[in-house]
Amino acid sequence: MKSENINERSPWQDITEGNQIYEPATSRQFCTGEWRTSTPLFIKEKCKQCLLCAPVCPDSSIPVSEGKRQDFDYDHCKGCGICAKVCPFGAIEMKEGK
Amino acid sequence: MAVRERLSGNEAVAYAIKQINPDVMPAFPITPSTEIPQYVANYIANGEIGTEFIHVESEHSAMSAAIGASAAGARTVTATSSCGMALMWEELYVAASDRLPVVLALVNRALTGPININADHSDSMGARDSGWIQIYAESNQEVYDNFLQAYPIAENAAVRLPVMICQDGFITSHGVENILLVEDEKAKEFVGEYCPEHYLLNEKEPMAVGPYAVSNYYMETKRAQREAMKNAKQVILETAEKFERMTGRKYGFFEEYRMEDAQYAVVVIGSAAGTCKAAVDKIRETTGKKAGLVKIRVFRPFPEEELAAALKGMKAIAVLDRSEMFSATSGPLGAEVRAALYGAKLEAEVVNYFYGLGGRDITVEDFERVYENLEEMAKTHVVKDMYAYIGLREGDRHGNSL
Amino acid sequence: METAYNFKEVMSRPERLAPGHRMCAGCGGTVTVRSVLRALRPEDKAVVGNATGCLEVSTFMYPYTAYEDSYIHNAFENAGATLSGVETAYRVLKKKGKITENYKFITFGGDGGTYDIGFQSLSGAMERGHDMVYVCYDNGAYMNTGTQRSSATPQFADTTTTPAGKVSNGKVQIRKDLAAIMAEHHIPYVGQTTFTANFRDLHTKAEKAIYTPGAAFLNVMSPCPRGWGYDPSELMTICRLAVDTCYWPLYEVADGKWILSYEPRKKLPVEDFLRPQKRFQHLFKPGNEDLIGLFQAEVDRRWEELKKKCDM
Repeated sequence: MKSENINERSPWQDITEGNQIYEPATSRQFCTGEWRTSTPLFIKEKCKQCLLCAPVCPDSSIPVSEGKRQDFDYDHCKGCGICAKVCPFGAIEMKEGK
Repeated sequence: MAVRERLSGNEAVAYAIKQINPDVMPAFPITPSTEIPQYVANYIANGEIGTEFIHVESEHSAMSAAIGASAAGARTVTATSSCGMALMWEELYVAASDRLPVVLALVNRALTGPININADHSDSMGARDSGWIQIYAESNQEVYDNFLQAYPIAENAAVRLPVMICQDGFITSHGVENILLVEDEKAKEFVGEYCPEHYLLNEKEPMAVGPYAVSNYYMETKRAQREAMKNAKQVILETAEKFERMTGRKYGFFEEYRMEDAQYAVVVIGSAAGTCKAAVDKIRETTGKKAGLVKIRVFRPFPEEELAAALKGMKAIAVLDRSEMFSATSGPLGAEVRAALYGAKLEAEVVNYFYGLGGRDITVEDFERVYENLEEMAKTHVVKDMYAYIGLREGDRHGNSL
Repeated sequence: METAYNFKEVMSRPERLAPGHRMCAGCGGTVTVRSVLRALRPEDKAVVGNATGCLEVSTFMYPYTAYEDSYIHNAFENAGATLSGVETAYRVLKKKGKITENYKFITFGGDGGTYDIGFQSLSGAMERGHDMVYVCYDNGAYMNTGTQRSSATPQFADTTTTPAGKVSNGKVQIRKDLAAIMAEHHIPYVGQTTFTANFRDLHTKAEKAIYTPGAAFLNVMSPCPRGWGYDPSELMTICRLAVDTCYWPLYEVADGKWILSYEPRKKLPVEDFLRPQKRFQHLFKPGNEDLIGLFQAEVDRRWEELKKKCDM
């Protein structure tokens, strides 16, 4: 049984043996972005790609590809604002709400 | 040809481990099971097996490491007794819930309070609800045979549950008896190669084990575990049949001794069955009274219906417990057997005795008194002392010991 | 073995801790996990272990695992023993030719699961020399159950089991020095670290811990905004103050040699670290100046002792 087919209505026969999961990173299916009360905005023009924001994200929501950060993963960003605080160039601004 | 040997119960288990050559053995010393890891360590030291020994710093870590190794895809064994098993308690449940086919050689010993190193069943009986299959032995031969059957049961795809192979501390673990060993190649072939379907070190897919399961999933998980335990019954019998084809030695959920025409039955677990058999023979020889014995081999899963069928037609039954559960009523076996009889609407008189706690001896004469009481109960339909002790010193003349 | 730190290359590696886990916004714990796992060479596989705690219940809530790698949680007090079983299985199966790829073994535990209830299991696993890394994400209390005091809790901290009150100044005892205790196991590598601007310190220590053969221990201060009582966005400020006040010195013990990783140009007074945190608010009430003095004296004593061990 694939994790995407297991849910709170699944009968006991569909629960994986020993609650084992045989796929990587199934948590991506769960959108923690719903939790946000404030939202970081990526101001691309100001970004110098220093990447200091990328490692501080507790939610792996600042994807980096070939040395360049991409826009936020808003499906999962919880809006903690650590990234905005560490950006030396004002390229991340927090705004109220989702 | 089978190999004739003289081995202690511990040595017999160690020899079975040598024949199986499991991948990993985490273990911690505790009397009376200590010899098992000692023998295995010797096999390893002399290059006779490829098992990796983990010298853990406690039994809790022994079972924790066993869980890690088993989840990683290794065939895993450990051994312990008494408080060692008590320290594993939490982990026993994890192994069963994670559906890991770990095999534990348990040498039954009384739980501490006060400390005591001798045989009783308080350790494994306390773990009876942990989700492990429990198989008990009367003799060295049986514990060896049971051990060879453990992995084929545990690893069966319809089961995938841990198995506890139990024997009585000192009585069989240290007593040397004649034994028939299966030839190495045959034993290996019987147990087979372990090829798990899912495991942590599977290069083709990652696996995650041991989640937090909220109430939306917990109950379904337990139900699935129950199904595996139900499936285990069939697999235990099939494995026993296969074993019988190889050795000629027959095993089931329990052994019925002179039960064909019996009217008075004793139900007991472990080495005391040997003493009881002697009493049955003596009674039948000297009085002609129809005494019989049911020796439980498989306590988990509990063979409820089969046991009730075996006890059908008895006039009186004594269930003997080698551990307390302090309900102030039954012992664990007594409660289960009486429930089985009630379910089958049998009307035999039933009594539940406690015996052998902390290694207290039980003799042929004790069993003779048990059968005398059964006869009396059948005659009068009165069970005078439902929860009496056998071999207890009573200060009060109105005490209820046998 | 130590390779030059290329921040851009390291940050471009595939993420091994997926989002969608349920840790609090601003959690330091998952920053630790991401950073440690980033030190794995992308071609290496890993089995990640975990003691029960916030991290476990949030990153593997059935059926959602946040790990790209294989993962095992067993219980609270046995992350060391559990992973030692996995590592042993690996050695056997590799010897038997059943596995060909390279695996690394990393387990995470909070300070409760590491300093306290899992201490014995950790000590055993390290003493036996399994080729594994035990990472403590140290947030100084039992945060999963709601900020109860652990032996990693700093003195005077206000926790739910050592509340500051009319006749109480919070936790009475000073904290256990676990990294030093692990170093005294004479294992090949011990590192103490936290988050610095470009994560060089954590990364290089994690890399050494993972790729030094044998047992390794990492102690990573991982602030908890809820338990410590600071604005979640201030994570990096809190870490910087912990390091610059020498409350949390960065050091390593490699093959028995103690090495200080960082000495602040100007050692800041510890109250700079204490002030932004609600758990130390009571220390700033008039009349409690001596408590801050006691805290400072303990920081100074340990700092001097550490410098001595590092031949400074």
